[in-house]
Amino acid sequence: MRSGRTLPLLIFIFFAIAILSEGWNIVRKKSVSYAKYGYIFSIPFVVAFLVFSLYPIVYTLVIGFTDLRGLGVKEYHFLRTAEGNLDLFGNFRTVLNNKTFTTSLKNTIILWTANFIPQISMALLLTAWFTDRNFKVKGQGAYKILIYMPNIITAATIAILFNSLFGYPKGPVNDLLMKLKCIDGPRNFSLQRWTARGVVSFIQFWMWYGNTMIVLIAGVLGINPSLFEAAEIDGATPTQIFFRITLPLLRTILLYVLVTSMIGGLQMFDIPKLFLNGGPDQATITSSMFIHEQAFSGSYLYNRASAASIIVFGIIIVLSIILFQILKDKDEVARRKYLRAQRKAARRRVNS
Amino acid sequence: MNARHGSIRAKRITYKTIVYVVCTFLALLSIFPFWIMFMNATRSTYEIQQSSISLVPSKYFMSNWKILTGKAFSPMTGFINSMTVSVGVTVLAVYFSSLTAYALMAYSWKLRQAFFSFIMAIMMIPAQLSSIGFYQFIYRIGMTNKFTPLIVPAIASPAMVFFMRQYLMAALPLEIVDSARIDGSREFATFNRIILPIMKPALATQAIFSFVGSWNNLFIPLILLTNKKKYTMPIMVSLLRGDIYKTEYGSVYLGLSLTVLPLFVIYFMLAKYIIAGVALGALKE
Repeated sequence: MRSGRTLPLLIFIFFAIAILSEGWNIVRKKSVSYAKYGYIFSIPFVVAFLVFSLYPIVYTLVIGFTDLRGLGVKEYHFLRTAEGNLDLFGNFRTVLNNKTFTTSLKNTIILWTANFIPQISMALLLTAWFTDRNFKVKGQGAYKILIYMPNIITAATIAILFNSLFGYPKGPVNDLLMKLKCIDGPRNFSLQRWTARGVVSFIQFWMWYGNTMIVLIAGVLGINPSLFEAAEIDGATPTQIFFRITLPLLRTILLYVLVTSMIGGLQMFDIPKLFLNGGPDQATITSSMFIHEQAFSGSYLYNRASAASIIVFGIIIVLSIILFQILKDKDEVARRKYLRAQRKAARRRVNS
Repeated sequence: MNARHGSIRAKRITYKTIVYVVCTFLALLSIFPFWIMFMNATRSTYEIQQSSISLVPSKYFMSNWKILTGKAFSPMTGFINSMTVSVGVTVLAVYFSSLTAYALMAYSWKLRQAFFSFIMAIMMIPAQLSSIGFYQFIYRIGMTNKFTPLIVPAIASPAMVFFMRQYLMAALPLEIVDSARIDGSREFATFNRIILPIMKPALATQAIFSFVGSWNNLFIPLILLTNKKKYTMPIMVSLLRGDIYKTEYGSVYLGLSLTVLPLFVIYFMLAKYIIAGVALGALKE
């Protein structure tokens, strides 16, 4: 592998230049400069990032254009058509035409949306309650601790636990529903497509709404309290205050929650994999599961798995950019634009 | 006048009741699955088949334990392996993130601002999506089935560097560094002996998250570790879903309980700090 040697060399050259240039500064100024320690102390981070993050990303991208497949195979070539012309996007075409991939992508989006909307709504509701200025919920600390708890438990364990809880014909959920007379006989939840999706979304919701709630509460506590006082004096109702003051001021934090949840959601793996292994009838197979199955089972199609990864990566980047654009503070942008226009006008006046 | 007052009070009481009922319901919803799990871990398969919900334990813990450990599931191996990986990850992540944050904060160098923007940009890169390249890389250098490739990448944890930098900005007066210099301390020693102790509270919070995150990680260990002796806890757990435990309900619940128990202990001991840490992490502005 050529890149095996070039990479460390590049890193070395980069730091050598950086440190030498700082060293040159010291010689010139003839005073003690500690700047070189800034570079030296950053070396471990940068090296680890280049080797274990950037290199794998580039490598994944390259594999996506090649014929690398099969366990233990080390040789690979860029894809070519029968006539010998380069056909770099062959894997991408195959993956995009693969029914399972499009299904997995669709499922991922369904599962994420179905978990995120209730998650953010519930988190907002609880935030409104826990930060209510006229009524302090007693035992708040304990509620928060319990509501957040599922978030730190191993997702793999939770998936298998729920698999057991939804057991058929005898399982705790079936027992409970029959005792409450909700259903007449035991139901096999794992055979119904939408029930299976519902349960996966519910698990995701249940694991994450506590986390979102705590983040939002922190956001509300960071708002200047005099804003709320002023609104109260002006006679605003709690509902008005929540929708007109709290929510708009939470915009950045909501964006943060939305983006991190989306990036996490598009990589959903543990829960759907271990709950029903993508079933029934591929109803809960996600794109990460598709990538994993392509690469690490059957005929070890590393090239197609890479192409699929790159596609999902692309989707994440595009969606993040769109979200940033939509939720960008429009007033702030307008204000900057106005200031820039004014400055320009002033300059023009001076010039003329 | 009085009637209106009464109706407002009635409304407030209904509101409060709803709040407490919903919160209590949600709290129970968090506990209930785990409670059933712990109880069923002590019940026999026959008892579970008769009625799978029980609020009190039974006496089949030992027989469940024997069935569980008699097959592929080996809790001690999983525990030790996960401990090795998670402790390694935590130590490296916390130490090198602090060092990088210190470099960003205490020295003024030409590329400092650029480097900081770079860290912000890579903070959200989804690691799982470069797993094929990562696997091929590790496979080529013959490091699959070793813990090193799971531990060493933690040296570059951008989100943690960001957090540590914010903490240093608030907590570290640069005069301390200067006076250390005057006393003849070398830069690296200053960091180890003076800066790290100052950062203790931040180190503790970040250590918890790093540890729990690494402990729960399934995807990367799953593709790198194929040798049963190297399985971490989450991979060990996934064995419980296989055919070998199909009818051993009690043992499956026991196996699950064993993986949850250490996390429960950590969580309920440190819950206050963990929740404060989540809240701090959100205020990244």
